[in-house]
Order: sequence, then structure tokens, then C-alpha cells
Amino acid sequence: MIDARGYSCPMPVMMVKKELDSHPDGKIEVMVDSRCSRDNIEIFAKSRGYSMEAVEEDGDYHLTLHK
Amino acid sequence: MKKVSLLVVISGVVVGLAALALTFMGNPANMGFCIACFLRDITGSVGMHAAAKVQYVRPEIIGLVLGACIAAIASGEFKAKSGSSPATRLVLGAFVMIGALTFLGCPLRMVLRLGGGDANALVGLIGFVIGVVIGVFFLKRGFSLKRAHAASVQEGSVMPLVSVGLLLLFILVPTLFKLSEEGPGSMHAPFFIALLIALVVGFLAQKSRLCMVGGIRDLILFKSFHLLVGFIAILVTVVIGNLILQKFSWGFAMQPIAHSNHLWNLLGMVLVGWGSVLLGGCPLRQLILAGEGNGDSAVTVFGMIIGAAFSHNFGLAGNPDSLNDAKELVVGGISTAGKVAVLIGFVVFVVISLLNLPKQQAAAETEKEAA
Repeated sequence: MIDARGYSCPMPVMMVKKELDSHPDGKIEVMVDSRCSRDNIEIFAKSRGYSMEAVEEDGDYHLTLHK
Repeated sequence: MKKVSLLVVISGVVVGLAALALTFMGNPANMGFCIACFLRDITGSVGMHAAAKVQYVRPEIIGLVLGACIAAIASGEFKAKSGSSPATRLVLGAFVMIGALTFLGCPLRMVLRLGGGDANALVGLIGFVIGVVIGVFFLKRGFSLKRAHAASVQEGSVMPLVSVGLLLLFILVPTLFKLSEEGPGSMHAPFFIALLIALVVGFLAQKSRLCMVGGIRDLILFKSFHLLVGFIAILVTVVIGNLILQKFSWGFAMQPIAHSNHLWNLLGMVLVGWGSVLLGGCPLRQLILAGEGNGDSAVTVFGMIIGAAFSHNFGLAGNPDSLNDAKELVVGGISTAGKVAVLIGFVVFVVISLLNLPKQQAAAETEKEAA
């Protein structure tokens, strides 16, 4: 689980990119605390051929990325 | 086109049209919006500097913050947070402002200047890109200003409340403020129209996450054109608008509120690009984030205000090109003090960049430099 809560742009996407680069076929779970980060990660994930599911939890977003 | 990208394009077009309209209604040429210039004018209007030609309570700043705040509240995105190296951000904000006032404009005005045919903005853009590349170099090595944490609503509301307070004070007691009688500060669109336009732009900028530095940074980091299309949309809109209005004039010398001292235009914008990457967004984006509850961005904006005060109290800001009595061109630029300030900015940014790398990385970089 990547905890990217509290990090400003573009750190959350960079953290996800690093994980995707090292585990390209794995399922990745990420926590972010803003819609901006959620949207940025979704755009990036889609550009890499991943789909993303997002669930809001107490103002944070639990994201699941998978091929 | 993807929905999100379309929103960025629409926002870019609206910003471009808004800038053209504000200039048409009285703002200085190629200065429909300029976050650096307008914060500098506000800084002067409250007596924090004494440059008589650049003092005015710019409603565009107030409108951008409040427009973003309204958009964030309406969509449930207003979230108070702070604590991500605020003191460091204040220093970065101050030097970003010193760099911007060396060039005479923030990244947004750089695009507007380019759209008006000011070739110096092309030099500025090259510097800006170099600065972004340097910033990305450190990001890739783990640079981080650390996490922000949830804060109280009142902490997140500081910038919107300061904006409302400034607006009310200016409407109710205008004599409190210093207002330019000549120069750029005296040139402005009607107050309430400018406020309304900025509210719309602030709203859209919050929705679209429009960011001048983000466009170039994300292209380098992720090969993403998502934010860059906003940058391009503003430029295309302003070029077309200026051509229609016959305001497009290509060249280096005697451009409106600009100087053609290439080296310092370039270096000023290197500082802005580098600092903005470290901060996570350009001056416009910092205002928008401050409006949606980010206390760290509010501190950054206060840093920019301090930078503006320093720039004019110590004669650091750029001087525009001018003509002497014999009608010969006198190339503007910055004073020796201004050059020293920009160079100090580079030293400060190197130190901040290195000290905020992961510890092992910082040690390795320092050893490498020593060797």
C-alpha cells in the first residue's frame, strides 16, 4: 500500500510510477487525500494501460490500480 | 478528447480571453493577469514597499483566491491542511517572486507577453524550461518538502479570509491604501468587473488544476500533455486575440513593461521554474491551492509578498526598456543588487534542493560536489 496522503503535486504520481516500474503486472493500492491526486493518478494509470477503482474513505481516497 | 483535458483547454481559453478583456478595459499591456505583478501591487498598496508606480489593490488576486475557494467548497474539495515545510516554502516563494520581478512577470504573464509578440518572453520561456528541468532533476532523486497534515478549518481559511478582509477594507475605507497615480499601478480595468472575471477564472483554475509549471514538468516526468494543453490554449487564444485587436507586435526592444536584457530575463525565469517545481506549482497554482484550504500555499503566497517588498525596497526588480531624450533605446534590466539577489536565490535553491533529498542521497550529492 502506497500512502501518498499529504504529499503535494507531483509526488503521489511519482510514487505510483516508481511502484509500477518495479512491479509492472501487480495490483497496486494507494491512499491519497485529494481529488486532484486521485485524478492525476487515474490519468497516469490509464496512460500505462491500468484501470483504477477509487473508494472515498473519510475524505481520503483508496485507489486500486490493476491491468 | 478526454473530459479532463477538455476542461483544461476550456480553462486556458477562458484565461486567455479574460486576459485580453482585462487589458482592453485598462490593465497594462500584456498584463491581463500577472500573479507576481499583482501581488507586488497589493504589497505596495498596503505600504510594504514605496515604489509609487506599482501600488494598487488588484481585485484579480482576490477573485482568483475566492473563485477557487467557492469551487472547492461547492465540490466538497475544500480541505484544510498544512505542515509541509512551511518556512522553506516561504523562502522559496520569496525567491520565486524575486526571479519573476527580474523578468517582470510570472509564468502566466510570460505566456501573455509571448502572445503579444514580446520576444523577450521566449528567452524567459527558455529559462523557465531550464529551471523546470533542474527542479525535475531533484524530484527524480527524491526531493520532497515532506507531508502536509490535516489542519483546522480556520488554518485552511486564512487566505480566503485575508482576501475577503482586503476586499471589504478597500471598498469601505479606500483611503487606507496607497494607489498609483501613474505607471502600471494606475492602469487597471474597472474594479468589480475585474473581480468578477477573476472569480470565474479562479473557479475554473481550481476545477482544471491549471498550472504553468505543471505542464512542462509533467511532460518531462510522465510524458503527459494533460496540463500543457492549458498553457498552449492560453497562448493560442492570446495570439489570435492580439492579432484581431492589432495589438500583436513581435520584437525584443521596447515591449510593454519588459526589458530586453536577455541574460537576466533568462536567469530570472530559471529561478521561477526551479522554485515552482520545488513548491509543487506555479504562482497561480499556489493562489488556487491557498483558496482551497492549503495553508502551505498560503505561506508561499506570503513569501511571495515578502519577496515583492524586498524587490522594491532594495531595488532588485527589473526596469523596463526606455528611450532617452535623444529617442535612443536604453535597454532596461536589473541593478547590481538585483543580480546579486538572483544569484543568492540560486545558492539558496541548491541548498534547499540538497537538504530535502533523502538523507543518503544528499550525502552522496554533497560528496560528489566536494570531489
